[in-house]
Amino acid sequence: MNTQLAAGRDTPLWRRLAGNGPVLAGGTVAVVFVLAAAAAPLLAPYDPARADFQAALQGPGWSHWLGTDDLGRDQLSRVIHGARASMQVGVLAVVLAFLVGVPLGLVAGYYERFTDSVVSRVTDTLLAFPFLVLAVGLAAVLGPSLLNATIAIGVSLVPQVVRVARAETLRLKHLDYVQAALASGGGPGTVLFRHVLPNATSALLVQATVGIPAAIISEALLSFLGLGVQPPDPSLGVMLSGAQPYIAAAPWMAVFPGIAIVAATLAFNLLGDGVRDVLDPKGPKRGGR
Amino acid sequence: MIDTEPVLRVRDLAVTFAGERTVHAVDGVSFDVRAGEVLAVVGESGCGKSVTSLAVLGLLPEAAKVTGSVRLGGRELAGASEAELRAVRGSELSMVFQEPMTSLNPVLTVGRQITEVLRRHQKLGRREARERAVELLSLVGIPAPRRRVDEYPHQLSGGMRQRVVIAVAVACDPAVLIADEPTTALDVTVQAGVLDVLDSLRTRLGTAVVLITHDLGVVAHTADRVLVMYAGRPVEHATADELFASPRHPYTRGLLAAVPRPGTPPEGGRLTEIPGMVPALTERADHCTFAPRCDRADERCTTARPHPEGERHLVACWHPEPEGTP
Amino acid sequence: MTRYLLRRLGQSGVTLVLVSIVVFVGVRAMPGDTARALAGEETTPEALAAIRAEYGLDDNIAVQYARYVQHALTGDLGTSARTGLPVLDAILDALPVTLELALFSLLFAVVLGIGAGVVAAVRRGKPAEWAASTVALLGLSVPNFWLGIVLILGFAIALPLFPASGFVPFGTDPAENLRRMVLPAVVLGTGLAAVVMRQTRAAMLESLSADYVRTARAKGLSPWQVTGGHALRNSLITVVTVLGLQLGQLISGAVVTEQIFVLPGFGKLMIDAVFTRDYAMVQGVVLFTATAYILVNLAVDLLYSLIDPRIRLGGAR
Repeated sequence: MNTQLAAGRDTPLWRRLAGNGPVLAGGTVAVVFVLAAAAAPLLAPYDPARADFQAALQGPGWSHWLGTDDLGRDQLSRVIHGARASMQVGVLAVVLAFLVGVPLGLVAGYYERFTDSVVSRVTDTLLAFPFLVLAVGLAAVLGPSLLNATIAIGVSLVPQVVRVARAETLRLKHLDYVQAALASGGGPGTVLFRHVLPNATSALLVQATVGIPAAIISEALLSFLGLGVQPPDPSLGVMLSGAQPYIAAAPWMAVFPGIAIVAATLAFNLLGDGVRDVLDPKGPKRGGR
Repeated sequence: MIDTEPVLRVRDLAVTFAGERTVHAVDGVSFDVRAGEVLAVVGESGCGKSVTSLAVLGLLPEAAKVTGSVRLGGRELAGASEAELRAVRGSELSMVFQEPMTSLNPVLTVGRQITEVLRRHQKLGRREARERAVELLSLVGIPAPRRRVDEYPHQLSGGMRQRVVIAVAVACDPAVLIADEPTTALDVTVQAGVLDVLDSLRTRLGTAVVLITHDLGVVAHTADRVLVMYAGRPVEHATADELFASPRHPYTRGLLAAVPRPGTPPEGGRLTEIPGMVPALTERADHCTFAPRCDRADERCTTARPHPEGERHLVACWHPEPEGTP
Repeated sequence: MTRYLLRRLGQSGVTLVLVSIVVFVGVRAMPGDTARALAGEETTPEALAAIRAEYGLDDNIAVQYARYVQHALTGDLGTSARTGLPVLDAILDALPVTLELALFSLLFAVVLGIGAGVVAAVRRGKPAEWAASTVALLGLSVPNFWLGIVLILGFAIALPLFPASGFVPFGTDPAENLRRMVLPAVVLGTGLAAVVMRQTRAAMLESLSADYVRTARAKGLSPWQVTGGHALRNSLITVVTVLGLQLGQLISGAVVTEQIFVLPGFGKLMIDAVFTRDYAMVQGVVLFTATAYILVNLAVDLLYSLIDPRIRLGGAR
C-alpha cells in the first residue's frame, strides 16, 4: 500500500507494474513459457513424436530428464511442445474473444436500448451454459482439433468480455468529459475510440489476464477429454489422458505435464492479481503484503 | 463540585502511532467526570478528541501506543486485559459514535443490536431482553417502539438511528457515556432532539457524559465543564460558564470569536478566522504548539512547553488572559 | 419485490427459449448423420430413409424444433440412440450422483473457503494470512483433472485409503458411498474453495474496518461475536453472490471429475453421449443442464435478497 502511495498516480503504468512483486514473478515465468513455446523445436532434445520402444516407460534420468512414456517418447520434448500448444490456444483464444467481445460490448453500452437488449440476451444465452459445457458442445460441433478447440474456447470467453466492455462503456459514457464530447458533436467513433476504449484498458487488461489461464486450462481439459488436440500431437492434456492407464507404473507421466500446466496458470494468475492490484488499488486484494 | 468522587479519572493520557513517522495524536490529557455531569471536549477536527475517547475504551488499533492512567470507579483500565475491557465496554462505559448511518449494522434488526448488549452484560433471556429493548426505544423517544424493534437501520431516519445508537449505549445503565460528535451528522432540526435525549438520560440515570464536539453552540447548551484541546494537547479546562464568560487561552478566544452570534454582526461582515494551520503531530514539540498561529507568541513560547496551570480554571499558556477578562 | 421477481422470471424465460434454440440448432450442426447413428448396423439407403421418415428428420428444422419443444414439455426428451431408453430416464438416473457430488464439494468449499478467508482477514499480515492466500492461489491454478490424478496417485495408489473410481448408491451402502465421494468432492471443491476464500477475505477486510464493527466492539462483545455475528454476516452477502456466479464452474468441474473417477453422473452422460454421437442424449443433457443453471441463478438472486434486508424490503439505503 505504501509503495503504491509512494509510486503515486503519475508514475507510468509499466513502472508501477514492474515494481509489483507478483507481477514481476508471474511475468518472468510467463515470459519463460512464451519463449520456450516459441522456440520449442530448438529447445526440445528429441522429436516429440518419435517412439522408441526400447526406452518405453523409463523414469526421469540423464538421457530423458523427465522420463519417457509408454511409447518411449521423450517427456521433456513433449512437455515443451505441449506448452507451445497451450500458449497458442491461451493467447489466440483470448485475442479471438476480444476481437468479437469488445466491439459488441462497446456498441451495446453506447447505443443502449434495442441494440443493448439484443446483445445482452445473446450473452445471457451463452452465459446460461456452464463454460465447459459450452466449450465441449462447440468442440463437438466443430470437430476435435487444436484450431477448433481455440475457437470453442474463444467463443466461450466472449460473453465475459462483452460484459466487461459494456459495463465500462456505460460507466464512462456518463462521465462529464465524455458527455462533453457527445454534446460537442462527437460521433460514436470518436467517443468510443478516443474516450471510452483508452479508459477501459485497465478493466480489459484484467479480463485478459483472467482469460489466458482459463484458456490454457480449458485447452488441456478439452484435449484430456479427447475433444482438443488429437494424439499423437503433443498437448499437456493429451499427455495427461495418456498417462492415466500408467498412473501406478509410471507416475512421472502424469506429474510433469501437470506441473507444467500449474506453473503456466499460476504465472498468469499471479500476473493477473498483480495487475489488478496496481490498476485498482482499492479493489479486492490478494495475499499479504 | 469536589464533594463527589469522579467516576472517570483520566491522567496524562498520551497516544502515539508508530510508523514511518511517529504521530503524537494525544499528549498529556487529564480530566475528571462525575456522575450526572457533562464534560465537553472541544477542538478542531484532528485535535485528538476522538482518539482520546477510543483510547479510554481501549479501542485503538494495535499500532497505537497508549500511556497514562484511565480509572473507572476504582479500576485502572489502561493496560487492562482485553477480557477485562470487554466486561466494562457497553456496560459501565459506553460510547455513541458520530455516524449513525454507518455505526449500526445494516443486516441486523434494531432489536437484535440492542438485545445483544443486554444479553452479553446483564445475561438477560431472549424475551426479557426484547422487552427491555422496547422500553429503551421509547426511553430515547422513538415512537411505536414495538414496531421499530423489528426494523432494520435503513428503515429509520438519521435522527432515529442516532437514538437507537444511544439506546444501545445506555442499555446497561453505564456510569460513563462517551458521545463522539453525536449530532454532527444530523440535520439541524433533529440535533436538538438528540441532545435533549442525552440530557434527560443524564438527569434521570445520573450518567456521567463526555461530549466530544467541535460545535460550541452544543457546548453552551449542555456542558457543565469544558476541556479545550489543540493539536493533541489540552489548552484550557474550566466550567462552561467561566469559559464562555472569560476565556483565557488565545486559542479558545479565537474559537469563540469564530462563532457567529445572532444580533452582533461580525466586524467587516466576515467571521473571524484563526490565522495559520494546525501543526503536524509528527514531533513531540517542546514548545507551545499554538505559537505559530498566536499573535502573542514570543521567544518563550517557541522554546518551552506550557502545561495546564491554575486552581479551577486551568490554562496551558505563557501569556494567558488574566482571570475574569471577558 | 413482486415486480422484481416477475421481471427476473421473464428474463429467465426468454433466456431459456433462446438456450433451447441454440442447443437444438447446435446439435443438428454436429458432424455425422443422425439417421445413420440411429440406424446402427443397418445402413441400407432404404432403412435410413425409413428412419428419417419415422423421426421426421426430413421436415423443416423449425417444425422439428416445435415438435421437440412440444414433447419436452410433456417430459419426453426423446430416446437414446445408444440404449434405446428414454433420455429423461437416463438423466434422472444420473442426477442424484451429480447432485451428491456437487453438494459435498460445495460443503467442502464453503467450510474451507469461508473458514480460511475469515482467518486470513482476522490475522492480517501474519503468517496465517500468507499461508491461506498462497494455498488459495495454488488451488486456483491447479486444474481439477490433474488434481484428481494426483490425489488418486497419493490416496488411492501410494496410500490406499480411498478407492480410485466407481460409485456405490447411498441406498445400497451409505458408508461405501461416502468413502467413494471423498476424493471427487475434494477435487471438485478445491477451485471453488479458493475463490470463496479470496472473496471472504476481501469482504471481511472491508467489513472489519466498518463503523458498525467498531460499535460492536464498543459494546463489549467477544471477538467471536464481533467477527461472526457482525462482520461475517455482512460479508456473506458478497460471498453468496460469488458462490452463485461460480455454480457454472461447479457444473463444468463435475463433467471432468466424473470422467476421472468414473462416476455415472451428468457430466459423464454428456461426454459419453458426445463421443457416441447420441444426439438426443446430448441435446437432453445440455438443455437440462442449462435449465438447471438458469433456475439456480434465479434462486441465488432470491437468496441474495433474503440475506440482505436492504434489498428484501426495497428500502432506499
